[in-house]
Amino acid sequence: MNKMNDFRHGQIPKPPSIFDLLMHNFNFILGAVILILLVLIALLAPMLATQDVNSADPTATFIVPNVNQWMGTDNIGRDIWSRFVFGSRISLLVGLAAMVIGMLFGSILGIIAGFYGSLIDSVLSWMTEVLMAFPGMLLALSVMAVLGPGLTNVIIAVGIGSIPSFMRMARSSVLKTREMDYIEAARTIGCTDFRILFRHILPNILRPLIVLATLGIGGAILEGASLSYLGLGAQPMTPEWGSMLSAGRAFLTNAWWVSVFPGLGIFLAILSINLIGDGLGDVLDPINK
Amino acid sequence: MWRYLGRRLLTSLSVLIGVSIFTFLMLHLVPGDPVHALLGRQAVTPERLEELRQELGLNDPIPVQYFNYIKDVFQGDLGRSLKTNRSVLDSIKEQFPSTFQLTIVALLISSTFGIFIGTITAFSHNSWWDKILSIVTISGISIPPFFFGLLLILFFSVKLNWLPAVAKSNDPQGLILPAFTLAIGEASWLARLVRSSILEEFDKSYQWTARAKGVRESTVLFYHVLRNSLIPIVTAISLQFVYLMAGSVVVESIFARQGIGRLAVTAIQNRDFPLVQGTVAFIAVIYVLINTITDLIYAVVDPRVRLK
Repeated sequence: MNKMNDFRHGQIPKPPSIFDLLMHNFNFILGAVILILLVLIALLAPMLATQDVNSADPTATFIVPNVNQWMGTDNIGRDIWSRFVFGSRISLLVGLAAMVIGMLFGSILGIIAGFYGSLIDSVLSWMTEVLMAFPGMLLALSVMAVLGPGLTNVIIAVGIGSIPSFMRMARSSVLKTREMDYIEAARTIGCTDFRILFRHILPNILRPLIVLATLGIGGAILEGASLSYLGLGAQPMTPEWGSMLSAGRAFLTNAWWVSVFPGLGIFLAILSINLIGDGLGDVLDPINK
Repeated sequence: MWRYLGRRLLTSLSVLIGVSIFTFLMLHLVPGDPVHALLGRQAVTPERLEELRQELGLNDPIPVQYFNYIKDVFQGDLGRSLKTNRSVLDSIKEQFPSTFQLTIVALLISSTFGIFIGTITAFSHNSWWDKILSIVTISGISIPPFFFGLLLILFFSVKLNWLPAVAKSNDPQGLILPAFTLAIGEASWLARLVRSSILEEFDKSYQWTARAKGVRESTVLFYHVLRNSLIPIVTAISLQFVYLMAGSVVVESIFARQGIGRLAVTAIQNRDFPLVQGTVAFIAVIYVLINTITDLIYAVVDPRVRLK
């Protein structure tokens, strides 16, 4: 109604900014709130934890969640809330680090392929297509087979698994950008390839890559946790959500809380990123709204 | 059409060659001597190591080794498992039916739910239904299969005692929980794709022409809009088959079910390289084949594709 009045009085209403639109998008807000909470938990972990993550207490095994032990204790009496809190650090770190690796190498390969074209492009694109023939987690699993188990290797494997999508995105953006007049101008005044690539092209194609990396964190957390669940990632002592859940499976019939809370953590972390992505999608690409 | 066919087949062939190089190199990329990778933690004398190297042809130049590997693959020899000494091909043949069964049931579930929910949300878009279901589908994409499977076991096996938690391969009841666990992510993803492809068709002018001619609204929706939005959906469903198969890696482990996925995971845990190479290559080859067939069908159905 207000807008109608604006029109009547001869004023043109200001179009809402992206920020305004996001603040009115329920999914975005919900995702952002969950993510901020998880990040806070991760940052404040030492203050929030009530016990040492590995202090076992044989007299206090399988305690049902209560006022003192919010999430109960596990089979050797470790406090699950404390492990949950520190576990958030690992999961978020795995997701973030894997995306940094994927973005770094994927973008470099994509930029080189897109800029130089011809044979280099054909070879690199062929390599991407080959890597993409290993669907889902299969690529990360293959890398794990080569590297062997361990949390660092999980980060590397998930990162490598995401290289193809970054490379594709970077390549297609470079192909569009390199035909621009200002690139031609840079070439005319004698800029080197290196300078054109990193000074002129990279800043212009960075935005979609950063969006891809941010939204990919959810998938990376999922893959990392899955690898740990399969026993290839974190060792049992490490409070990692995937391996905590996996270890709790044996006690599912009498102590559901041992595996349900870590699972809930992974789910919420991925959900928050996906909700944010959905909200951004609605706002930036309103056709499907 | 023939030119497109030839070009597409050539691309697939080059990807298949790449897949074979990748799986072949896996063993050589392991840090250290490949013989050690093959033997694992077994202690052997240096003489025995040298003997094994000769036996396995590891002293030949890498390209020669690769061509021998390809020759063996074409003769149906994918090597032998280091743990059980069984032929890799036999193990795959034995485990595949179980994974195939699970994948097909999961595909039926995911396409039924995906198309149903996607259509509802598209036709009622921006309503409360649409908003609630959008959160449901995002949750479906976000929930890790191993967590969803665990919740299903907790409710249907532990609390209600309706369905078995451990799936025997020939028990149809044991198939229900694994199939739903496998399907949930793909079903949610498909629902979102169906929604957006229908909404995209909504904007096109042909349906206004149809309405202007006096065609009934239901005919416009079901005959024109749905039919046109089906093209990307059918492609997605055919590719889902392979994604579901790859997903069996985790789901078969949750329910202790036989299959290719579990075979691959145990092989990786045991660092049983011939078995890892065999199972990984097997899934990748199926992926490339299905991808190619889908593209070719697509080109027959939609002539615009051929002209690109």
